[in-house]
Amino acid sequence: MVRAEGGDCSLVQKDSLLPTTRQLAAGPVGEPVDPEAAISIRGLVKRYGDRTAVDGLDLDIRRGEIFALLGPNGAGKTTTVEICEGYRDRDAGEVRVLGVDPARGGRRWKAELGIVLQSGAGDSQLSVRELLSAQASYYADPRDPDEVLELVGLTEKAGARGRTLSGGQRRRLDVALGIVGRPRLLFLDEPTTGFDPEARRQFWALIRSLRELGTTMLLTTHYLDEAEELADRVGVIAHGQLAEVAVPTALGGRGTAPAVVSWTEGGARRTAETATPTAFVAELAARFPGEVPDLAVSRPTLEDVYLKMIGDRS
Amino acid sequence: MSTTAPGRAALPSVARVSRTRAGVELKEFFRQRESVVFTLVFPVILLLGLGAVLDYDLGSGVDFPQYFMAGVIAAGIVGASLQNMAIHIAGERSDGTLKALAGSPMPKTAYFVGKVAQVVAVTIATIVLLLVVGVLVFGIDLPTGADWVTFAWVTVLGAAACTLLGIAVSSLARNSRSASATVTPIALVLEFISGVFMPFDQVPGWLQDVAAVFPVKWLAQGLRSVFLPDALAAREPAGSWELVTVAVVLGIWCVLGLLLCVRTFRWQDR
Repeated sequence: MVRAEGGDCSLVQKDSLLPTTRQLAAGPVGEPVDPEAAISIRGLVKRYGDRTAVDGLDLDIRRGEIFALLGPNGAGKTTTVEICEGYRDRDAGEVRVLGVDPARGGRRWKAELGIVLQSGAGDSQLSVRELLSAQASYYADPRDPDEVLELVGLTEKAGARGRTLSGGQRRRLDVALGIVGRPRLLFLDEPTTGFDPEARRQFWALIRSLRELGTTMLLTTHYLDEAEELADRVGVIAHGQLAEVAVPTALGGRGTAPAVVSWTEGGARRTAETATPTAFVAELAARFPGEVPDLAVSRPTLEDVYLKMIGDRS
Repeated sequence: MSTTAPGRAALPSVARVSRTRAGVELKEFFRQRESVVFTLVFPVILLLGLGAVLDYDLGSGVDFPQYFMAGVIAAGIVGASLQNMAIHIAGERSDGTLKALAGSPMPKTAYFVGKVAQVVAVTIATIVLLLVVGVLVFGIDLPTGADWVTFAWVTVLGAAACTLLGIAVSSLARNSRSASATVTPIALVLEFISGVFMPFDQVPGWLQDVAAVFPVKWLAQGLRSVFLPDALAAREPAGSWELVTVAVVLGIWCVLGLLLCVRTFRWQDR
């Protein structure tokens, strides 16, 4: 991966709290697992018959951050997450989730986790509140079910049976079930698949309010705007390995890649690539009496660099 | 934000979570119209339908409804345990309910305690319903004295064996519909060759031998000893009710069923 040194940092505000981009670019290779991290993975390998789904993956997720894992279907995303959740065993490598090996995680360890599965929580004849109360009763120090309903915006549906909810409401119920045990680490597997844009924005607000409560989150998603909107850092998995880890604005060298300036001049659309868009636009402004017609300045989108990244490796 | 383990509250006891799960399982069953009709009402319809149509005289003053009482209760127990467990657990596995539970700190014992509570409640409801209809509609003679004791242990052993087998069978099915399509015909065939719907001595000898391998035959035979006069024991294959054999065979099926459960139970789809 080519990366400009010491480039323009103005777009990388979140970077201030984080190690340098150089350290972020690769996984934490060569260091031992970090028991203080929310999740720490070294050399993870998982095979299904002849197929190697995860092939020597390294990753650290810090406490308190929202980490988005991106990657095409079959890249090893779900396998990695399910190993961290304790659902699957591994063929090689070290994994610590909240300092515990998930293959040996007991009830006490599970009580620190919240899991929102892709498949959801299944059909039920119970009401939303009954489901939440039952779930809460498995934990040592649960949240009040009514408060959780308020948080996810399902208070009006408290008495409704689980199976009568709409898709978006069901997903919010899944999240409610995931957080009622007051988890320190929340797994969200493609939480907004099938949402309309408005439901998605409401959901994002919910995730942000959970961040305020200090919950660490590992999010897998196909929606790059969602990762960009929510995540402190994103990791891209391709072919069972972590291709890159970075803050969303810096992924794939995005923050320092040439900007594309476009405008209309003499009735035609003009575009120019430039490393110094500010100077370029100032120059452009001097050429026109008023507004520059149809001016736009853009960097590669997260989707552009993501597609390039997974394309490069396949 | 609370910090790490030490100061944290203790996890709820297995007994407490088991009580929660029992409540959940009862609501799940009794609120679902299909399962109530299929499991509770269907045996009553069988009793009313066949009891009104068939008109055997089995001798010793025993008419068909009196004979069928034992059979239809056996069918009710099989429905409440074997079919109920196989179909609903297969459904919970395919729709992700089991996976979600496995990822929670719920003690796994509590899940099975909840299922047992459901089977106990549904079995008792089925039997009471059948006895009430039998007495009111057909004037069935209820068991007397020690027959109640036999009734109780045969029911418990039979339901236990069928529950364990149902849980084991659930792992073979892809979802609740395929579980239903597999286990319902099997249960019906076993019931037919075990003398549930007709006198057992009218079942061909080789089919009687096949039936004798499976628990339904012994459950039905144990229940016949409860509802029929001892004079009719002569029509059983051994010329007696063979209650010791009933206990031994059902006990063996409990052990086998438990071993199968331990070996095959999965919390998620492959």
